[in-house]
Amino acid sequence: MTQLTSNNKRVKKQLFIMLAIVLGMFGFCYALVPLYNVFCQVTGLNGKTSNKAQLAIAKVDKSRVVTVELLATLNNSLPNHAGEFAAQTKKFTIHPGEYINTSYWVKNLKNQPMVVQAIPSVSPGLAARHIKKVECFCFQHQPLEAQQGKEMPLVFTVDPALPTTVKTITLAYTLFDVTQK
Amino acid sequence: MTNISATHHEHEHDHHHDHGPAKGLLRWVFTTNHKDIGTLYLWFSFAMFLFAGTLAMLIRAELFKPGEQLVNPEFFNQLTTLHGLIMVFGAVMPAFVGLANWLIPMMIGAPDMALPRLNNWSFWILPIAFSILISTLLMEGSAPNFGWTFYAPLSTEFGPPSTDFFIFSVHMMGISSIMGAINVIATILNLRAPGMTMMKMPIFCWSWLITAFLLIAVMPVLAGAVTMMLTDRHFGTSFFNAAGGGDPVMFQHVFWFFGHPEVYIMILPAFGIISQILPTFTRKPLFGYASMVYAISSIAFLSFIVWAHHMFTTGMPLAGELFFMYATMLIAVPTGVKVFNWIATMFRGAMSFETPMLFTLAFIFLFTMGGFSGLMLAIVPADFQYQDTYFVVAHFHYVLVPGAIFSIMAAAYYWLPKWTGHMYDETLGKTHFWLSFISVNVTFFPMHFLGLAGMPRRIPDYALQFADFNQIVSIGGFMFGASQLLFLYIVIKTIRGGEKATDRVWENAEGLEWTLSSPPPYHSFQTPPPIK
Repeated sequence: MTQLTSNNKRVKKQLFIMLAIVLGMFGFCYALVPLYNVFCQVTGLNGKTSNKAQLAIAKVDKSRVVTVELLATLNNSLPNHAGEFAAQTKKFTIHPGEYINTSYWVKNLKNQPMVVQAIPSVSPGLAARHIKKVECFCFQHQPLEAQQGKEMPLVFTVDPALPTTVKTITLAYTLFDVTQK
Repeated sequence: MTNISATHHEHEHDHHHDHGPAKGLLRWVFTTNHKDIGTLYLWFSFAMFLFAGTLAMLIRAELFKPGEQLVNPEFFNQLTTLHGLIMVFGAVMPAFVGLANWLIPMMIGAPDMALPRLNNWSFWILPIAFSILISTLLMEGSAPNFGWTFYAPLSTEFGPPSTDFFIFSVHMMGISSIMGAINVIATILNLRAPGMTMMKMPIFCWSWLITAFLLIAVMPVLAGAVTMMLTDRHFGTSFFNAAGGGDPVMFQHVFWFFGHPEVYIMILPAFGIISQILPTFTRKPLFGYASMVYAISSIAFLSFIVWAHHMFTTGMPLAGELFFMYATMLIAVPTGVKVFNWIATMFRGAMSFETPMLFTLAFIFLFTMGGFSGLMLAIVPADFQYQDTYFVVAHFHYVLVPGAIFSIMAAAYYWLPKWTGHMYDETLGKTHFWLSFISVNVTFFPMHFLGLAGMPRRIPDYALQFADFNQIVSIGGFMFGASQLLFLYIVIKTIRGGEKATDRVWENAEGLEWTLSSPPPYHSFQTPPPIK
């Protein structure tokens, strides 16, 4: 009988360890979310640009040019009849380091106010960290009154450190309706 | 459980310990006996195999000719989704748990599993989970229609309302598998007969011990992923929603962090079964026992660091692609060790070809082929071409059908005489094998060609040039499906009667389970057996 009780204690200890692994791995799944974001920030994966204003770059690389295309898409949360969203100029050719000062046009076509948020995405993804924004409408939520339209400023450049293999960069903004319901 | 006096033999023993099974149907509901629960698991898995197989027959009927034939595209998507989910979680995994329940206590000289009540619970969750999942077919809207991989945002923002039922059923399957795995670990670590050291343990127990650790490590990750889906759908979180700063690609990372170890969960116990059967019919001990154990362990470890090879086309940097490519190819080394050990076991053996051996040989040959197409898929530039084509379908069906499923059938034929006390009909068994072997290749081999020619997976219609091969595939599929009804007949016939099986059943069978009577007593080893 003494052997049985010691055996029971052993089983209980093992059960405890195994349950700890189970709970730990469940927690690890959630820990993957911040880990993934940090990993993407460090490596510049996923075509996400920084959502903070960057310091200005003084140097201009006159030896080559880069084509920058600006795209605008309405997310499914915003059907076509609910809003207008477009880049003022769709294509620029610049020397890396030169600033582009442009804007996007947005209009609320609904009869009630809404809040929108633009999410940037860069392709090729690895060029994302070389896009340096001084000002971007994507940094914050944009409240719009019913039927209100507005120009939203965008000032950015391409870092001269951009790999020479990249000739064209596409900067795409997707507009989401983030109105609190 | 273990406090049985050693001086009493079970037959002389009075009533309070070695009662037989209770009477009536409720016996199956309340049972805590490892053999009863093993039987329940195996029958449940076979029922799910036939159900998900029926869905596959509908898929093949639709694809018999180009154009819309039988089902509409929306329903086709539900068919592929449920076929995959039920085969993985309802057929293959419970079958292995059922075999573990039946065999592990008998193999290590224990009277039962270590945690019998938990065992009962872990089984009875399954029928409930799958009733929920299958009931989505009858729900308004549609059943889950986003593939068994349920990538976000297809399953979050665009999933039908029944997705929530799917999420809860996955939670329940996860709880069931985790409890089953905990039970296997506790049994193997505590209930081995005195003298049975870890390295004397039958290799099937080793493969299941490692599988159980994989299960408790990754099933919680799957539970986490579906919980994130649930809160994204209903509670305003944005794990996978870009509007709130989330990322749909992260879903794929989380899913495959679970998903890749999951594919080894479905094949490691198969390796154990094959390593158990092969020595019997070659009349030689298993070649390289220790290296087999290390190979299984290294495959399990590597399975955690290769998940992104499912995602080469999501836009990874070159360094990531190279890392995951080489890590994936590295898995071929321990797998190769196992295959060569099996071949070395056969080398100069006195082989005979009973049905379990035929399935075992087919496993070794066809699983290796599936492994090779896996290596092709590991090559990044080639994968860009193969991604989401029928080549992928051919690959994973080769490792799962003539891989995992054939190993389960081999195990069923091998231990059925032990379980039932009757020999199965050898002629029918061999007929079943040859029908399955031929039809499985007719079904899945042409899929390689279809994939290389560019036919995408998960589509209800296809371009005309794929028509011939699809017809061959469908005919093979119908043949394979029908052959499994023969298997059902053979199993029922064996249970009901047949030539009496000896205790050892096979001429050269080694292991504690063969020292018990056929069928074995309700409680296997009341007194620990001596270990040589």
